[in-house]
Amino acid sequence: MTRKQRRGVLIGLCLAVLGVAVGLGLFAMRDSIVFFYSPSDIAKMEMAPQQRIRLGGLVEMGSVERDKGTTVRFVVTDGAKTLPVRYTGVLPDLFREGQGVVTEGVFARDGTFRADSVLAKHDENYMPPEVAAKLKEQGVWREGAMVDGKSGGVGVQ
Amino acid sequence: MITEIGHYVLILALGIAIIQTVLPVLGTRLNDPRLAAVSVPAAQAQFLLICLAFGALTAAYVTSDFSVLNVWQNSHSAKPMLYKISGVWGNHEGSMVLWVLILALFGAAVATFGSNLPRQLQANVLAVQGAIAVAFLLFIIMTSNPFLRLDPAPLDGQGLNPVLQDPALAFHPPFLYAGYVGFSMAFSFAVAALIDGRIDAAWARWVRPWTLAAWMCLTIGIAMGSWWAYYELGWGGFWFWDPVENASFMPWLAGTALLHSALVMEKRDALKVWTILLAIITFSLSLMGTFLVRSGVLTSVHAFAVDPERGVFILGIMAVFVGGAFALFAWRAPLLSQGGLFAPISREGSLVLNNLLLTVACAAVFVGTLYPLALEAVTGEKISVGPPFFNLTFVPLIVPLLIAMPFGPLLAWKRGDLLAVAQRMTVAAIVSLTAIITALALNQQGPWLAPLGIGLGLWLIMGAGTELASRAKLFDASLGESWRRLRNLPRAAFGGALAHAGIGVMVLGLVATTAWRVERIEALSPGGTLDIAGYELTFDGVRESLGPNYKELTGVFQVTRGGSPVTTLEPSKRAFAVEKSATTEAGIYNALGGDLYVVLGDSLQDGAFTVRVYFNPLVRLIWLGALVMFFGGAVSLSDRRLRVGAPKRAKSKPSVAVTAGE
Repeated sequence: MTRKQRRGVLIGLCLAVLGVAVGLGLFAMRDSIVFFYSPSDIAKMEMAPQQRIRLGGLVEMGSVERDKGTTVRFVVTDGAKTLPVRYTGVLPDLFREGQGVVTEGVFARDGTFRADSVLAKHDENYMPPEVAAKLKEQGVWREGAMVDGKSGGVGVQ
Repeated sequence: MITEIGHYVLILALGIAIIQTVLPVLGTRLNDPRLAAVSVPAAQAQFLLICLAFGALTAAYVTSDFSVLNVWQNSHSAKPMLYKISGVWGNHEGSMVLWVLILALFGAAVATFGSNLPRQLQANVLAVQGAIAVAFLLFIIMTSNPFLRLDPAPLDGQGLNPVLQDPALAFHPPFLYAGYVGFSMAFSFAVAALIDGRIDAAWARWVRPWTLAAWMCLTIGIAMGSWWAYYELGWGGFWFWDPVENASFMPWLAGTALLHSALVMEKRDALKVWTILLAIITFSLSLMGTFLVRSGVLTSVHAFAVDPERGVFILGIMAVFVGGAFALFAWRAPLLSQGGLFAPISREGSLVLNNLLLTVACAAVFVGTLYPLALEAVTGEKISVGPPFFNLTFVPLIVPLLIAMPFGPLLAWKRGDLLAVAQRMTVAAIVSLTAIITALALNQQGPWLAPLGIGLGLWLIMGAGTELASRAKLFDASLGESWRRLRNLPRAAFGGALAHAGIGVMVLGLVATTAWRVERIEALSPGGTLDIAGYELTFDGVRESLGPNYKELTGVFQVTRGGSPVTTLEPSKRAFAVEKSATTEAGIYNALGGDLYVVLGDSLQDGAFTVRVYFNPLVRLIWLGALVMFFGGAVSLSDRRLRVGAPKRAKSKPSVAVTAGE
């Protein structure tokens, strides 16, 4: 093999791997970007049945109800609109009324959001970035309540 | 008083770092060896001064001196001593001091143990190290000073985030930083080589141990973080593709590629330009990791825009070093001579494939981590890229690499014989195929990919064994002769084989726990039972207790298997009064073949609790694999050839150093 051919093989291999990577990336981007919506956004949009979305906002005060089993119902609000959520499982430690939350799941026929995961980060200063921005946009953001006066780390202050 | 001394020596260290940057460069330009030699004592003095500063901050934490703002914000007098100490780096300011401390440690090591380096190279390396130190010391003093005082001093502190009060997490940041900062050595050597316009195999011989040490620290640091997430977050997950995790994973991928390309450069004098570029990229990714975690940009681009001081500073540091290094690279790299030739099918060729796949996989992680941030910054649109993205891009790119991995070490340098290597891999292939078929037969309902993954894990472990066996000519020579050959193999050969086998062990754990994990969530009243994976759990009720700085609610579960008692699991929830926060402590039983993982959930009526139970098959192999990789690195590092590494010796006895082995 000449030097030129060797280089050709190398460049061809690089291009092939890069091509595959770009293809995979585009394919994955199309499929897996889960948008985050507030209850107000959801009220405005057409929702296909069984479409997976992420719903985020604050857990409405006094809305958390448990049945005898492991199912929890609560209401997510963004200050303007509210949406009832049903979740079966163990809630994260930092799940509290009045605190921000992001849930992921699908809408049931009765209009309840059936969440299969409830997100809460391991840092109480951390809030899913989308929630913080949305809440700020809508003026529901309460500095003190959210951040608990701590500084350092990655807090939104 | 001690705090003021700490503050003072930190500024003094900045002054020394400026000297360490300027004088050696002047010295090499003016051809004055005395000026260049200043870099050695300067690097040592800088290390001592930063040690003092770090010690002063630690003293403030240990004595709970709440007149120091940083201590007040992050500590509390009721905290156990271990977490008072780990609190030093459990916050932004302190962690940056640790960052420069490790940087100075590496610099001092080059100054002290680098006497057999070419003088000019050593001076330039220390100058670049000094420049990085200047940037980060300025950053600390101007935006993140840990020595600020509070007047009047509060009575007690605000405490450390409870989930961070954990032994594994106490040592996670130092290892991670040692990894990040360790790559600065490769960077400094690369920039020094570019300044010189000269690079040779001795350069690679010098860079490799530093890169290997950094890579080991990063490996163990990432594994610790993952282990912590597994038992502390209460979800039984070990990797979330969270941007913070990705920030440490990208330098690891690039660093792994660098280790392998430096190998080609050392042995065959090829891939020089690429190795230099990779060294720059690896440290750039480390800087980016620091930026992502420390700037607040991950919480929200908006948070970053609100308080941009720190973020913009680190971004500036990144721009100067990354931009500067790339500019230097573009200018000087064409000067570096091209190295040896090799056929596509050869050891070099396989390492090129390794580098190609690792860097492209790293790029995929990069895109998935930064694209959402970029999009939000530019258009304001918010998207989130989750695990599905990474599973769809990273996994298909890394699997071919893993399949090809055992072939690499068996191929000869320059021109290899793929067919002969394939023949040697027959045993490994048969074992893997048998495992795949057996697993497929046993796993008719489960995901069909999982048996292939198990086969892949075994393939990697067997491949590593095959490499050692074929080097020892096992079954080709007499047993005694094989044993003698095995004993005479360089330690680096064992290290490499161990690290590769470690990946296989990790793959086994990843595949088994992802595919065959069992999850049960139930409401249990005292006396209630639950069956999972052949174990029976009986809930005995809860008890309350007091810890040093928390209240604890512990659930008691008797675990039996086939009627005979196995263990008692006590998962708990801790409420931290000072921090107004809670943590979940999972109850974990390390059973044969997997972990039984119990989490106490919310309290329901009549003393009942929500209980979440997992059976995670073979999950510990993930961290065991990382440990094996770390150990492999350590064995390789202890190789005499790496420690001696002296270019001078290579000149006098070329055959010993260059051709003794791989």
